[in-house]
Amino acid sequence: MKKNWPILVVDDEDVMCESMAAWLREDGYRVETAPNGQKAIELTTATDYAICFVDLKMPGGMDGIETMMEIHRARPDASVIIITAYATVDTAIQAMKEGAQEYIVKPCNPQEISMLVSRILKLKKLQSENAILRKKLTRQYRHHDIITKNPRMQEILSLTQEVASLRSTVLIRGESGTGKELVARAVHFSGSRADKPFIVVSCAALTETLLESELFGYERGAFTGANGQAKGKFELANGGTIFLDEIGDISPKLQADLLRVLQERRFYRVGGTEEVQVDVRVIAATNKNLPQEVQQGRFREDLYYRLNVIEIRLPALRERREDIPLLAEHFVQRISSELGKEVQGLSPAALKVLMAHDWPGNVRELENVIERAIVTCRNGMLDEPDFSWLQRGGSRENWEIPDVSLGELERRAIVAALERKHGNVKEASAALGIDRSTLYDKLKRYEIAH
Amino acid sequence: MPVHQLPPLALPESAYDAKRKQYQSIEIMHLLDQHAPKDTTRILGIADLDLCIPMLSFLFGQAQLDGRVALVSLSRLRQEFYGLPAHNELLRERLTKEVLHEMGHTFGLVHCLEQQCAMSLSTHIGMVDAKAEQYCSRCGLQLAQRVASLNGGV
Repeated sequence: MKKNWPILVVDDEDVMCESMAAWLREDGYRVETAPNGQKAIELTTATDYAICFVDLKMPGGMDGIETMMEIHRARPDASVIIITAYATVDTAIQAMKEGAQEYIVKPCNPQEISMLVSRILKLKKLQSENAILRKKLTRQYRHHDIITKNPRMQEILSLTQEVASLRSTVLIRGESGTGKELVARAVHFSGSRADKPFIVVSCAALTETLLESELFGYERGAFTGANGQAKGKFELANGGTIFLDEIGDISPKLQADLLRVLQERRFYRVGGTEEVQVDVRVIAATNKNLPQEVQQGRFREDLYYRLNVIEIRLPALRERREDIPLLAEHFVQRISSELGKEVQGLSPAALKVLMAHDWPGNVRELENVIERAIVTCRNGMLDEPDFSWLQRGGSRENWEIPDVSLGELERRAIVAALERKHGNVKEASAALGIDRSTLYDKLKRYEIAH
Repeated sequence: MPVHQLPPLALPESAYDAKRKQYQSIEIMHLLDQHAPKDTTRILGIADLDLCIPMLSFLFGQAQLDGRVALVSLSRLRQEFYGLPAHNELLRERLTKEVLHEMGHTFGLVHCLEQQCAMSLSTHIGMVDAKAEQYCSRCGLQLAQRVASLNGGV
């Protein structure tokens, strides 16, 4: 184990380097030595030493403090121990101020050094274990966000693992509320880009010009109010993943721009003349039937094929009913703890109601329904009466349908939801059981001011 | 394994650190290395001197890990160093432990976490006394394998 923790001894005196290295090697450490600061920097660049013993006074060139600072430039986490033969309070303070982990006066007791080395390495080991566990936890957490025992969904989860480390574009299709963003996150956080940015852009939420500057950034003076240069989402996602939600809603011009980025990984900022190169993985999602959009000439065929390298189709919740109890229990646990309300679970009768519902808003609708039930629940267990409003809403014979077109009906439902929620789009979209980007899309389509 | 005893060696002046009134072990190890007969696979020096290295205030002994030179100091193994009456039997025991320890290093053994093992690290005399005059089973096995792979003598 100790061999995994190499140690560097930096001193201009051969005898010091040689004897210290021999003593540490007896303890099982891999030890290298450097006669001066320059050599130490060279070695540090190539090897991540767990501890660097650096002599304070080295004639000619860099002294111990300068060497330590350079080591820290290359390896910010390196533990540097400054050694000196002459202890003065000033030098000790300076060494510690500049980032030395310890300051020791030679000669010192073997026990002191032995304890110092094992203390530092114990800390290093804990830090390294902590980093590994955090990484594992992030990955697990991302996958545990998707709760399913449905074979099709499980296949999709294995597919996300398989494609996670590729750079290929992924197109996720599914109705609103089926968890397209969650799957996109699972792909990103399971792959080699997990520690790089994951940037979400809701294409339906913005107008063409706004979306263009949002995606590609802009140069100073590109338009009124562009007071300085700004990076776009593609640049912010460099090295990582960009998730383009509701890709089916982008304008023909942006379709052409996006195609160019996908082909060449290069673009111009709005108002810019210099090309920007990026390494970004694109994951796009839509609830539209893109092949049909292509057929009807609303979506570029070449862009469709560029996006559709790996296609993931998410089933609607009504197609994976066996997941309803699992998801409902998960939401009860999570939401009750978030709201600080003690709710044990769902009664069999309540579950029956949930199983019978069609869930047009899919998992998001289920989540909202559970939240509403928890808020109004009075006896620590969600029962059938807590979902009575859902049954009433779902009972078609109780509806009073005005004699208008389906579109008009939808428009009225949106206007009513916005009024009830005082213009708050997030809350209105939750009440309607659709996501925000879909609501923005509909607001645009029905020209509803908000 | 055949063992040969060499006559005492004269110490070079450079080995003595007048300021510390101690001897630099690395210098003495170089001397041993130079005086080792050609067919020797290991050379052990026993010095009645207080040994040190620039970084540490003293050493009970030192060795080249996986090398051929080992050195043990008698100075701090003696009861007299601690202001106590001489105790030859205890000195012999301590010397045996330190010889086993330093020779173990020359066969590639590193410090053992088993406190009773001759290969455990001793940073004060109490730790030397706590050790046994033998290796633990793991270190013993490792040493036997290394010795078996040697053709020459010590």
